Amino acid sequence: MAVTKTEPINGSTTKSSAPPSTSMPLKSDLLSILSLKSLRLKTKQQELLIRVSILCLVYVLAFITRLFSVLRYESMIHEFDPYFNYRTTLFLTQKGFYEFWNWFDSESWYPLGRIIGGTLYPGLMVTAAMMYWGLRFLRFAVHIREVCVLTAPFFASNTTLVAYFFGKEIWDTGAGLVAAVLIAICPGYISRSVAGSYDNEGVAIFALLLTFYLFVKAVNTGSLAWGLASAFGYFYMVSAWGGYVFIINLIPLYVLALLITGRYSMRLYVAYNCMYVLGMLLAMQIRFVGFQHVQSGEHMAAMGVFFLMQVFYFLDWVKHLLNDKKLFEAFLRITVTCAVGVGAIALGVGTASGYISPWSGRFYSLLDPTYAKDHIPIIASVSEHQPTAWSSFMFDFHILLFLFPAGLYFCFKRLSDATIFIVMYGLTSMYFAGVMVRLILVATPAVCLISAIAVSATIKNLTMLLRTKSKVSQTGSTKGTGGGKTSSKAMLDQSQPFQRNGAIALLFGAFYLLSRYAIHCTWVTSEAYSSPSIVLAARGAHGNRVIFDDYREAYYWLRQNTPPDAKVMSWWDYGYQITAMGNRTVIVDNNTWNNTHIATVGRAMSSYEDEAYEIMRSLDVDYVLVVFGGVTGYSSDDINKFLWMVRIGGGVFPVIKEPDYLVNGEYRVDKVCSPPRV
Amino acid sequence: MRVKGKVKKSGSNLLINVAKPEELPPSLIFHSVSLPKALGEGDSLTIDVLAVFTHALRPFPEEITQADIQLVLFQDTAHYLSPYAVKVQSLTVKLPKARIETYTKLENTNIHGSDIKYGPYENLPPFSYAPIAVHFETNQPFAVAQELVREIEISHWGNVQVTEHYNVVHQGAKSKGEFSRLDFQARPHLRGASALRNLVAKLPPRAHSIYYRDEIGNISTSNVWGDPKKTELVIEPRYPLFGGWRTTFTIGYGLPLQDFLFGLEGKRFLNFSFGSPINDLITDNLIVKVVLPEGSNDISISTPFPVKQGQETKISHLDVAGRPVVVLEKTNVVPEHNQYFQVYYRFNKLSMLREPFMLISGFFILFVSCILYMHVDMSISKSSPSYLAKLQWDEVRATIQQVVSIINQCLSKHERLEASLHDLSRTGDVQACKTARKTADSLFKEYSKELKPLLSFLQSSPQATQILPKVEELVAKEKELQERLIAKHSTIVDCYEKKIGGRELENRVASHQQKVVALKQEVDDLLDYIEEI
Repeated sequence: MAVTKTEPINGSTTKSSAPPSTSMPLKSDLLSILSLKSLRLKTKQQELLIRVSILCLVYVLAFITRLFSVLRYESMIHEFDPYFNYRTTLFLTQKGFYEFWNWFDSESWYPLGRIIGGTLYPGLMVTAAMMYWGLRFLRFAVHIREVCVLTAPFFASNTTLVAYFFGKEIWDTGAGLVAAVLIAICPGYISRSVAGSYDNEGVAIFALLLTFYLFVKAVNTGSLAWGLASAFGYFYMVSAWGGYVFIINLIPLYVLALLITGRYSMRLYVAYNCMYVLGMLLAMQIRFVGFQHVQSGEHMAAMGVFFLMQVFYFLDWVKHLLNDKKLFEAFLRITVTCAVGVGAIALGVGTASGYISPWSGRFYSLLDPTYAKDHIPIIASVSEHQPTAWSSFMFDFHILLFLFPAGLYFCFKRLSDATIFIVMYGLTSMYFAGVMVRLILVATPAVCLISAIAVSATIKNLTMLLRTKSKVSQTGSTKGTGGGKTSSKAMLDQSQPFQRNGAIALLFGAFYLLSRYAIHCTWVTSEAYSSPSIVLAARGAHGNRVIFDDYREAYYWLRQNTPPDAKVMSWWDYGYQITAMGNRTVIVDNNTWNNTHIATVGRAMSSYEDEAYEIMRSLDVDYVLVVFGGVTGYSSDDINKFLWMVRIGGGVFPVIKEPDYLVNGEYRVDKVCSPPRV
Repeated sequence: MRVKGKVKKSGSNLLINVAKPEELPPSLIFHSVSLPKALGEGDSLTIDVLAVFTHALRPFPEEITQADIQLVLFQDTAHYLSPYAVKVQSLTVKLPKARIETYTKLENTNIHGSDIKYGPYENLPPFSYAPIAVHFETNQPFAVAQELVREIEISHWGNVQVTEHYNVVHQGAKSKGEFSRLDFQARPHLRGASALRNLVAKLPPRAHSIYYRDEIGNISTSNVWGDPKKTELVIEPRYPLFGGWRTTFTIGYGLPLQDFLFGLEGKRFLNFSFGSPINDLITDNLIVKVVLPEGSNDISISTPFPVKQGQETKISHLDVAGRPVVVLEKTNVVPEHNQYFQVYYRFNKLSMLREPFMLISGFFILFVSCILYMHVDMSISKSSPSYLAKLQWDEVRATIQQVVSIINQCLSKHERLEASLHDLSRTGDVQACKTARKTADSLFKEYSKELKPLLSFLQSSPQATQILPKVEELVAKEKELQERLIAKHSTIVDCYEKKIGGRELENRVASHQQKVVALKQEVDDLLDYIEEI
């Protein structure tokens, strides 16, 4: 695996040096020069060929490196949320789009139910269903599960292409190629896009990068068409993932930065207005977003910047009309004060009247990492919402962590609209990655792109050095035979005698680092990120593979041997899996929209048996599923999660007090008639 | 109670039919057997009747806990229930275990180990009836497939794919109370003795690509052993099946086509076993579907026992019309039904190539459309300034390409000249060198003539203003290089004609040589620069 992995990196690093060196005449033999001349005519095509073939290889590589989980285990859906997505996709393909859109699901959140169509981002499901229908139309009798399992790798492959174009847009083709290679195997991205990880993020990162790329392209060209395309990219992102809030805040921030640094231009005006107005209208078509897009606090920055753009445009126009400079300055002062004042008043009135809703808890917890811990235990209880440790940065980025600052340096050295964007994207997303583990995913494309700029620029400089060297030495040698005259280049050559060797050494160093990166990525992918977490595998005493499939055993028992209308109570982690695999009604699930309901379950779980029985009777519960990992040494069982049940339960019902459980540390797990798990 | 009869005789099977004689009691089901030839007076004939009764044992007590053993009740008559008078008869009840709770004691009842023997009884009248009940222990699981769908798909590329969907219930004593997995694993024979732990399937030899899964994924608890005679597959359900518990699963395997498909008089026929390959499993409702390749026709079926037949179509990979499917249905299937049945059909080998052809043409169309897309002008407005500018730019690029190619030709001519000089130094053939010079001269003239219109076009085109100085510089440098080279050439040829050699020649040429090399470098750089655009 490692061999195939290093190949494209190899190709890309030597790419910038390979074609010129072959086209350089190495011998002064006339015939060989003749043949090389004829080759040289096609240098451009050669380069294109090499580029396209590298991209194809990277495309394939990004796909196959994510198939470890299928090879190790099977073609199955992983983790928790993907099971919900799978279930909804199944529903969509069976019942059609309108049924899906109006789906009221009575199988979850019993007895409340959940309006699925209005409370999810349908992008992922619709994408998978489209692919499924497309394949069916082409007469490929695939199963929807296979489509769902392979959606994330497929989109990861597409992301590499977008990364290439993005890199090309902000730097050059070399950087684009390196970015494609880096992002194809970056563990930070692989962690969310292995085969089977059928989650919103798999599609969303593609949409995110696509939106950014199209927007930067629109800013660079000032073309309405690109602006329109970025609006549609944004629409796709909104339909796919709640992380679209990042886009709708980053882009205004970027525009604001450009305005402040005096880079306002007509191109920017066209790009932003088109993207914002159309993107907003399109985004409002998603039911889950709806009027939030113009009402909630998270989206206000974009609207403010939109109005600011109009003020700028107006000022430009006035400046054009008024030739008097003094008059204009006075006018400028008045307008700016008025605009800011009106904006502030509008915001104040909007907030006070409740038209503009305040920031949501998740948004707060991003800006203030300690917020969730103090106020919203349900957000803090999720392991992927914890602050990131250095080790996991190292684990997910490896050398990119060091290349990132170097890339920033190169970006600042060649400042343009595009590099400003990538710098802002990189810095903000790195901050968010530090706040929450799962947001490493959002930072990954930026880190890859910026590191790619560092790698590409360094290698380009080094190979350039080598090239001029060889050229000069070559011409020098021909001159040596002819007359023996030195050129100015040769003078330069003699002034720095170790430059060439140094360059070679540095090239080897870069190559070594990149190959270490490839090896690390492969290792991480195969060892850490390819486990479905439903099925556990371990090595037995004799080196044989032992598989623990207890989750599915329990779910399948529920599916086959309980009445179809049975209600199952479990901690919310298992809700999606029980509805998807067990096909039974659950009390709470991973869509933690009702804190009180979860707290009730937490209370039932953490009370004494007789009290708990009463609570369960009131919830109409037939079965309780609890996970006990004591026998096999499985650590993330319900005993491990118990303190969170207590905390969340105690957050709503003060009867439950955390210290009570901490002192004696002993508690019982209630059982109505669940199959006890081993 | 359902009754199933089957007759066997060493050598030949006899025909049996369900008969409904009118004067006899309607609560019984009769089967009539046709003898091969009429039985004369005084003749005798031995008939072995094998009858398999399903669902004949009743668990008693009906509900047990995990720790209990399973007791079942068997009820029958000690006298053979027959419309004929019976002279001598005896009945032996063979039980799986020696432990017998109770049994009906009639006259002449003996017990040997686990066998209970009633009789012999003599001279019994027709329909004599002596009810007996045996209550005994058996921990054998009562595995019943309530429904089994077997799908046998034939691919003429060399594979028979068998997929079997089971819906299995343990129909022994129902489990009550809770199930403790810990107890079950710690003391498997005391806690959960009657649980269904595994099923053994005997698959045909050379079975490959075996899988075992259910709706939510692969089931990892299975094992396969293969030898030349059979392939044995041991499958464990996800959880041990206790009484009343059910599970569903699917097993699938591929088989080599030549073992099961044969040709006969222009027709092909599939010879396949009917029942489930799993041992000790009775099937309430068996559906066998044989999926024939698309384009098969003239289908007929032959089965060793009566079954319900039907036809449908199935659409699979790359099908247009769908594949014909033969559907056979039968209730109450026991392992004794595992006999071969045949499906005859006609199929043209050529239609095998249809699907690869479809794929090839699909890719072909894809590539052709790509090529078309690249070459078709898709712009909406043919008169917009940007479009015109693009057109002009394309033209400029084409012209520059021509210029570059001409310059390259010139450069190659230069090399020809250099080569002629090289030859001269070796052979001293002045005449050849001169002719080379002459042809080169005429060619150079031609080239400069060709260059003129191109350059004038570039000068006139507004799009070329940026690149024009470079191109002009290139042409000028090339011209200079050309002149230098010719000067060098003529000097050398002159020297050879005047027989001036060695140092003198080198001195004369040196200045030219230096210039030529420098110019060549410059021209190369310019070419590089222009080609970058």
